[in-house]
Amino acid sequence: MEFLQFFISGLSLGSIYAIIALGYTMVYGIAKMLNFAHGDVIMVGGYLLFTISTTMGLPVWIGITGAVVGCTALGVVIERFAYRPLRGATSLAVLITAIGVSYLLQNLALLIFGAAPKSFTSIVTMPAMTFANGALTVTGESIVTIAICIVIMIVLTLFVNKTKPGRAMHAVSEDRGAAQLMGVNVNGTIALTFAIGSALAAIAGALLCSAYPTLTPYTGAMPGIKTFVAAVFGGIGSIPGAMVGGLLLGLIESLSKAYISSEMADAIVFLVLIVVLVVKPTGIFGKKISEKV
Amino acid sequence: MALLEVKDLEVHYGVIKAIKGISFEVNQGEVIALIGANGAGKTTTLHTVTGLIQPSHGQIIFDGKDITKIPAHKIVGMGMAHVPEGRRIFQQLTVLENLKLGAYTRKDKNLISATLKMVYERFPRLEERKNQVAGTLSGGEQQMLAMGRALMSNPRIILMDEPSMGLSPLLVSEIFDIIKVISEGGTTVLLVEQNAQKALSIADRAYVLETGNISLSGKASDLINDESVRKAYLGA
Repeated sequence: MEFLQFFISGLSLGSIYAIIALGYTMVYGIAKMLNFAHGDVIMVGGYLLFTISTTMGLPVWIGITGAVVGCTALGVVIERFAYRPLRGATSLAVLITAIGVSYLLQNLALLIFGAAPKSFTSIVTMPAMTFANGALTVTGESIVTIAICIVIMIVLTLFVNKTKPGRAMHAVSEDRGAAQLMGVNVNGTIALTFAIGSALAAIAGALLCSAYPTLTPYTGAMPGIKTFVAAVFGGIGSIPGAMVGGLLLGLIESLSKAYISSEMADAIVFLVLIVVLVVKPTGIFGKKISEKV
Repeated sequence: MALLEVKDLEVHYGVIKAIKGISFEVNQGEVIALIGANGAGKTTTLHTVTGLIQPSHGQIIFDGKDITKIPAHKIVGMGMAHVPEGRRIFQQLTVLENLKLGAYTRKDKNLISATLKMVYERFPRLEERKNQVAGTLSGGEQQMLAMGRALMSNPRIILMDEPSMGLSPLLVSEIFDIIKVISEGGTTVLLVEQNAQKALSIADRAYVLETGNISLSGKASDLINDESVRKAYLGA
C-alpha cells in the first residue's frame, strides 16, 4: 500500500513533467532548437495565475485562462523576436539566445514580484480520497493532475496526427523547404508550435504550484532542466517519448525519494538519463533516421 | 502571353553570383527543358522561381502576376508545383499522407479526392502502397510519389528537378513517359535535367545553362542536332 502511495504521487509529478516535456519536444521537433526558456514560461504562468486569482481575488478559472492566454502570447512573442531573426543561424547562437531569454524572464519576475516566495493557493478544490480503510490517500491535486495529463495527451495526439495543421507540423519537422513547396507557412507553423508548448507550460505551472505551493522567480528552472531530461530520455522530438519520459522521470524521482534518499533523488534521475543515453543514444522512442541515398 | 516569364534574373550566394542575368519563358502547354552541367545553376533557377531563394535582381512573372517577392508557400496555391531535386518526400509519413500534403492549399474535399483518384490511376503503385511509410519506397516509387504529390495541388505548371537522378535506365524511361502523359493532360512542364538526351527527346524547346548564363536556346529538335550541344551534353 505504501508503494502504491508513492507510485501515485510519482505518477502525478510525472504527469506535470510530461506536460512540460511535450512543449520541449514539439519545439525541438519542429523548430530544431532547444528552448531553454521553456521552464521559465511555467514560472510566468504561475505568477499570472497568482496575480489574477490571489492578488486580484478573481475566480480561479479566470486566473487559469489568463495564465494560458498570457503564456501563449509570451511564447509567440519570444519566438517572433528572439528566435525567428536567428533562423538559419548556427544552433549555438540560438541556444545562447534561449539561455538569455531564460535569464531575462527570471530577472523580470524578480524585478516585478521580488525574491520572496509567494505562497500559492491550490487551484484544486477537490478533497483527497482515501482507499483501503485509510491506508491509501490520494490528494485531489494528484487526481486532477493525472486526469488533465491524460486529456492533454489524447487531444494532442489527435491534433498532431489527424488535423491539417498537425500534418503541416510533421512536414516542417521533416523538411522545411519541401513543406514550403506544399504551401505550408513555416513561420506560422513554428509560431503555432510555440503557442501550444507555452499554453501547456501555463497549465503545468498551475498544477506544479498547486502541488508544491511556493512560487519564486526560479520555480521554473529546475523543472525546466528535468523535463528537458525527460524529453531526451523519451527521444527528443517524439511526442509519445515526451509523455513516457515525463511519467518515468516522475516515478523514478518519487520512488527514489521514498526508498533510497530524498537528497539523492535528483542525482539518481540524472544518472538514469546517462545510462539510457549510453545504451540508447536516441532515447526510448527516438527515431533512427536512415538516410536513403 | 507566356505562362511563366523570367526576366533578367540574378541570384547571389553571399558574394558569389550563381545566376548572372538569365531570361526565359514558358508558354502554356509547352514542355521546356533546362539543361546544363552540374553547377550550372539549374536547381538555383527553379528554387528562385518557386520562391525558396530570393533573387538579387530580375523579375518572375507567372500568369501575368509578378511573383518575385511572393513567399514560397503562397506560390503553390497560385498553380505552380515544384518536384524538388532528390524528391524530398516526407519519409516518415505514409504515401497517402504525403499526397494529402500535396493538396495542402486546396479546400474542396471532393476536388481533392478526384485528383487523388487521377494520381492513383497514373501511378497504380502508389495506391497499392498508400498506407506504407514513404521512406521504405524504392527510388523509382519515391520519384513517382514526389510527382504525384506535386500533381495533388492541381498545378497549371509543374517544375521538375532532375527526375531521372539515381534511377535505372528502365525507370528513367518510365518517368519520362509519365512526364509526357502529364504534359498531354494539359499541364505545362519546366524540366531541369542532366540527362540532356532524354530531356530533349520530350521537350518542345530548351535552354542550355552554362555557369549561370543561358548560352543557347531553341527548339529541342534543333538543339539535339546542334554540334556544340552534342559535344558538351550528349557525349557524341
